[in-house]
Amino acid sequence: MAVRAQADGGAAGYRPEATLTFVTELRRQASRRRTQLTLGFVLLLPLIILVAFELGGSNGGGGGGSRGQFAALADIATSGGLNFALFTLLVSASFLLVVVVALFCGDTVASEASWGSLRYLLAIPVPRGRLLGSKLQVSLVYSLAALVILTGTALLAGTLRYGWHPLRTTFAGEIANGPALLRLLGILAYLAVSLLVVAGLAFLLSVFTDAPLGAVGGAVLLQIVSSILDQITALGSLRVILPTHYSDAWLGLLSSPIQTDGMVKGAISALLYASVFFGWAWYHFAHKDVVS
Amino acid sequence: MPFARPALLRWPVRGVRLGRRRAIAGGVLLALVVGLVAWVVRPTAPGYATESRMITVLTGPDGSIPVPLDTTYYRPRSASAAHPVPAVLLAHGFGGTKESVAPDAGELAGRGYAVLTWTAEGFGKSGGQIHLDSPDWEVKDAQRLIDWLTTRPEVAKDARGDPRVAAVGGSYGGALALLLAGYDTRVDAIVPEITWNDLANAFLPESTGAGAQAGVFKKAWAGVFFGGSATRPGPGFVLGRTGSAPSPDAIVAACGRFAVDICQAYLSVATTGKATADQIALLRRSSPASILTRIKAPTLLVQGQADSLFPLSEGDANARGIAANGTPVQVAWYNGGHDGGLGPRSDQDRLRFLTAQWLDHYLLGSASTPGAGFTYSRIAGIDATGNDGVVAVGYSVARYRGLSGQATTVVALAGPSQPAANPPNGTPGALSSLPGVVSPASLTSRTVHDLPGQHADFYSAPLASTVDVVGAPTVQVRAASPTGEAVLFVKLYDVDSKNGATLPDGLAAPIHLMGLPATLAESQPVTATLPGIVYRFQSGHRLRVTVATSDQAYATPPTPTVYTIAVNSGVSLPTVPSEQIAGANVVWRWILLGLVVVLAAGLASAIWLGRRHHRLADRSVDRAYAETPLVVRSLRKEYADGLIALSRMDFTVERGQVVGLLGPNGAGKTTALRVLMGLIKPTDGEVYVFGHRLVPGAPVLSRLGALVEGPGFLPHLSGFANLRMYWQSTGRAEADARFEDALHIAGLADAIRRPVRTYSHGMKQRLAIAQAMLGLPELLVLDEPTDGLDPPQIAQMRRVLRRYATNGRAVIISSHLLAEVEQTCTHVLVVHRGEVVASGPVDEVVGDSPSTQFDVSDPAAAAEVLRRAGVGSVAWEPNGSLIVDLDGTPRAAVVAALVRAGIEVNRVVPRRRLEDAFLALVGGEPTSSRPSEGR
Repeated sequence: MAVRAQADGGAAGYRPEATLTFVTELRRQASRRRTQLTLGFVLLLPLIILVAFELGGSNGGGGGGSRGQFAALADIATSGGLNFALFTLLVSASFLLVVVVALFCGDTVASEASWGSLRYLLAIPVPRGRLLGSKLQVSLVYSLAALVILTGTALLAGTLRYGWHPLRTTFAGEIANGPALLRLLGILAYLAVSLLVVAGLAFLLSVFTDAPLGAVGGAVLLQIVSSILDQITALGSLRVILPTHYSDAWLGLLSSPIQTDGMVKGAISALLYASVFFGWAWYHFAHKDVVS
Repeated sequence: MPFARPALLRWPVRGVRLGRRRAIAGGVLLALVVGLVAWVVRPTAPGYATESRMITVLTGPDGSIPVPLDTTYYRPRSASAAHPVPAVLLAHGFGGTKESVAPDAGELAGRGYAVLTWTAEGFGKSGGQIHLDSPDWEVKDAQRLIDWLTTRPEVAKDARGDPRVAAVGGSYGGALALLLAGYDTRVDAIVPEITWNDLANAFLPESTGAGAQAGVFKKAWAGVFFGGSATRPGPGFVLGRTGSAPSPDAIVAACGRFAVDICQAYLSVATTGKATADQIALLRRSSPASILTRIKAPTLLVQGQADSLFPLSEGDANARGIAANGTPVQVAWYNGGHDGGLGPRSDQDRLRFLTAQWLDHYLLGSASTPGAGFTYSRIAGIDATGNDGVVAVGYSVARYRGLSGQATTVVALAGPSQPAANPPNGTPGALSSLPGVVSPASLTSRTVHDLPGQHADFYSAPLASTVDVVGAPTVQVRAASPTGEAVLFVKLYDVDSKNGATLPDGLAAPIHLMGLPATLAESQPVTATLPGIVYRFQSGHRLRVTVATSDQAYATPPTPTVYTIAVNSGVSLPTVPSEQIAGANVVWRWILLGLVVVLAAGLASAIWLGRRHHRLADRSVDRAYAETPLVVRSLRKEYADGLIALSRMDFTVERGQVVGLLGPNGAGKTTALRVLMGLIKPTDGEVYVFGHRLVPGAPVLSRLGALVEGPGFLPHLSGFANLRMYWQSTGRAEADARFEDALHIAGLADAIRRPVRTYSHGMKQRLAIAQAMLGLPELLVLDEPTDGLDPPQIAQMRRVLRRYATNGRAVIISSHLLAEVEQTCTHVLVVHRGEVVASGPVDEVVGDSPSTQFDVSDPAAAAEVLRRAGVGSVAWEPNGSLIVDLDGTPRAAVVAALVRAGIEVNRVVPRRRLEDAFLALVGGEPTSSRPSEGR
C-alpha cells in the first residue's frame, strides 16, 4: 500500500510544524536520568542548607561583618522564610545555577549527536531551525524550573521553620512581606536573564561539538574565567564587557529605594551576549554538514 | 619528490590544514587583537605641563617678611599668550602639601584651566609658620600668588593686574578661599569645601546660641589638629623674621611649626576648656565670619553631612551670610566630610560636576547657568557592584532654605525627668564619634555607647509615617544643677526594635547651661538646636532624645555632679520638599527597552522568514520524475580542504527495485547516502525524490526511511520506547506507523522492553532497520544493513528486503559484501572514486553466462575435450586452471565428458562472478589512493 503524498512532497500527515513538538521534546528530556537527578538535587538543596543551619546552632561562630555584605546577609538568613530563600539564592547563584543551566542547555544537542540520533531526527525531516528551537525551549524551561524549584522549596522550608516574617536586610531595614515577595521574584527574574549568557554559550558549544561534557564544561569554564578577570581591578572600566560583571547587580533590589542601574546594564549585557551566541548557533547549525 | 621533509619538520598536528582562508582570517584577528591591546596600553601624554618652583613671597602684617613657598604650576598645553586661560588657586587641607591636591589639579588642568598649587606656609617644604589662615600671613601669601599669576602671559586678565582667577580648597584651604575672596576683590569665584565659618564656634560649640564664650571645647579634634604637626618641624623651619636661635625647647616641643600666639592660645584653651575674649578674637580673625559681607565672588559652598569638626551649621552660616549680600551662592551637601571621607561615587560625581559647572560659568562665561540652589544626598542602600559599599541618592531643591527647612514635623516625647551624673574628669565618657574615622559605617554609626547613669532618655511613640529630615532638629530641655551650671550633650537617636539605636552621622549637640536652679520645677526651658542631618526616620521606628553628661570628644567639667533633666516639648524635625536627581543612568533604561524591542522583533521576523523560506523553497517538481523514487544527477561533493568525496554521480532508482551500491572503502557511498538523508549539502548536482528536489529539511524526506552509519538510539529508553519516541517526533498519526510490522521485522521478542544500552550490536542494527521501516516509506536507504548480523539473520533480512520492494516501494542498499549484493539486489551500481562506473541489473553487470574453474591433470587435453563439448570459451590461468564459460551446457555433462576422456578432474568451482566484474571495474586495487578516509 503506497503512502499517500501531499502537495509539498511530504508523506501523508507530515507537517513541519508538528515535528518534534515542545511536548515531545519535553518528554524526551524528562526521561533522562540527568534531568531527574538535577531537579531532584535542586529540590533537596534548601533542605540540606536548613539542616546545616540547625546543626550549626543559632550563631555559627563566624566573626563579624568585616567580610562585607555577603556575611551580613548570611547572619540573618534564619530570621524568616524570605530571608532563607534569599540566602539560598545568594549561595547558589554564582556557581550551582550556572552549572545547572549549562547542563541543560549544553547537553541537549551534543548528546543527540553523541548517541547518533541527531541525524535520524534531521531525516524525519525536522527542519534544522525548528530542531534547535524546540531543544532550546525545553532546555530553558527546565532551567527555569530548576530556578523556581530552588526558590520555592527554600521559601516553603524557610517559612515552615522560621516563620513568615518581613525581609530583613542590613542597610534597608525591614521590607514588608508583600513587597519583599515581589522583590524576590524580581531577583529571580534578573538571575534568569543573566543566566541566559551561560545558556547561550553552552548551546553554542553544544552545536559545535559531539561531546556533551565539552559543551557543559566549556561554558562553566568560560564563566569562571570571566569571574576571575572581573576581580582584577586594574582592568578598570574594561571589566564592563565581561559577562559576569553585573552578576551581583540583583543586590540592588534589596536597597530602599531600589537601585536598578546595575540590573539594567546587566540585562543589556546579558541580552547582547545571549543574542550573539544564539544567533551564531543557529547560523552554524543551519549550514553545517551533520556527520554524527 | 626531490627530498622529503624530515619527520620533525612535518606539520605537528595531523589534519590541521593551514588553508589560505584560515590564514587570512587568523591574521586579521591577530591584527585586531594586537591593535586593541596597543591602543589600551598606549602611553598618553597629559594635556598639561607641570612646573615646580619655590616662590618667595613678602608677607606678614607689614608685608616685608620673605617666606618661600613650594609651588607647582599646571599649565595646559593649549594655553598661550594668544589664547589665555583662566587660573585656579587650589589649596590643600590641614596637614597636607601641594601633592595632596595633585590629582584634582591635573583634572582641572585637563579641563583647560591653569592651576597653581602650593604648600601653605608652615607645612612641607615651605617656610614660615602655621597661622591658621591669618589675614596677615596665609591670606597675604595667596594674594602674592595672585600677583605672580598676573605676570604669566597665558593667564587671562580682567583688567591690568587682575587675572581671571578662582580659589578652590577644602577645610583649611576652603577657609583660605573664603578669606581670600573677602580680602582681595580680584577673585572671581570660589569653591570652599567642608570648611568653617567661625573657628571659635567650630572648636567651642554651644547649641543654645550662647556663643563661643560659653562653648564646650572640642578637645578630640583640637588635639588631632595641633598634635599632628607638633613634633615634626620641617626643613624650612623659621621662627621670627631674624632667623635667630630657636625658642626654648619646651615651646618647640609643644608647638612645632605653629605660630607662637596660636600655640599659646591652644595650650591655654586645652588646659582650661574655656577661651578668653582675646583668644576668641584671635580665632575669629582667621574665620570667614568676620568678612562675610565683603565676599562678592560667586560661591559654591560644599559641606559634609558626616562631619563632626565643621558640621552643617558652619556651612549654613557661611551660606546665609554671603547670600545676604546678594552674592550668588549654591549649597551642596554630601555624605562625606572629615568623618566620612570622600563619600559614595555618586556624591563625588555630583560634586565634580557642580564644581566644573560653577567654574565654567563664572570663569569661562559658558552658557549653562548653575541650576538648583541646593543639593544634598541620603544613603539609600547597599551598592550592588561593591564599589563603595553604599549608594546615596541625590536630591535637589530650587532654593536653599537653611537648616530649619521649609516645613516642620513635631514628634512628641514622653518620659519623666531623670537624674544624670557627670563623671569626674569626664571619664568614663560616652563615645559618639571618633575624629576622622572614615568608614561607611560611621555614616550611620552603630558603635555609640552611652553609659548607664550618665544620660536621660526620652522616647516618642512609634512614628505613623516616614519622616525625611533635612536640617537641624530642635528640642526644648530643662535642667537643674546643684552647681548652677551644666554641660550636656543632646543626641537624637533612631530606635528600631531589630537594629537598636542609631545616631545619625554620630553627631551630638553640646550645650552649656548657666544660671540653673537647684530643682527642676524652677528651671526655664532652653531650645537646643541639634546638629544638621539628612536622615530618614522610618515609620514604626521611635525617636529617642538622649541628654548625656559626658562625651569623649569634648571637655566636660571635672567635678562630679548630678543633674536633673527633662524635656519640655516634642522634637521638631525640619523637612524640605525636594526632587530626586535622576542620574545619567536613566538613558540605560531606554537602551534596554529598545534592545528588548529590537530582539523581539528580530526573533519574530526570523521565525516568520524561516517558515516562509521553508515553504517557498525551491521544491520544483520535475514532472518527468514524479513517479521515480530517486534520480541523482551530476552529484558532486567537494570539501573545503580539497577532498573530493563525490566527483560525479548519476543514477536512477525505479519503483520495485532493490539497488545495491557497491564500492571499495572511500568510494563515496556513505557520502552519497548522507546527501540523500539531507545531512550534507552537495557542492553541485541535484537529487530528486519522486520529482521533488531534495535539500536539507525538504518535506519529501518524510517519504524516505534511512539507516546510515549505524543505529542511533536513546540508550536509557527501551527499544519500543525509542520507536514510539521517534514516531512521535515525526508528528504523524500513530496508525500510520505500522508498529506491528516494524516489531516483527526487528524480531527482538521480549528484549524490546529492555533499555537499548543492553543490546548487542546486531540487535541494535535490527532495531534500526525496523525504525527505518516505520510508516513503510516508499524509499528505503540502508547503509550496510547486515553489519553485525549472523547468517540466519542475514538470510531473513534478505527476504525482508526483497519483499519490501513491492507495491511501488524501492530500496537502495550500500555494501561491500559482494555475495550479499548479488543475492539481495535486483540492480547494482558500482561506485569508484566518487563516480558510478557501472550500473544496471545484476545480470548485466556481471555478464551473460556464468564461468567455472576446472583444475585437471592434463589441461591441454581437457581444453580439447571441452571445446568439443560445446562450451563457450576456455581461458587458461597461469597456475594451470581452466576458466570455462559453459554457455548453457550443464556442468554435469562437461564433467562426464572429461572423465570419459580419461582426464582426472581435481576441482570444479563456480567462479564468483560479481567479484570478477567488480575487480575488473575498480581496477583490482584493494584500497583507494586518497590520503584521508571518506566514504
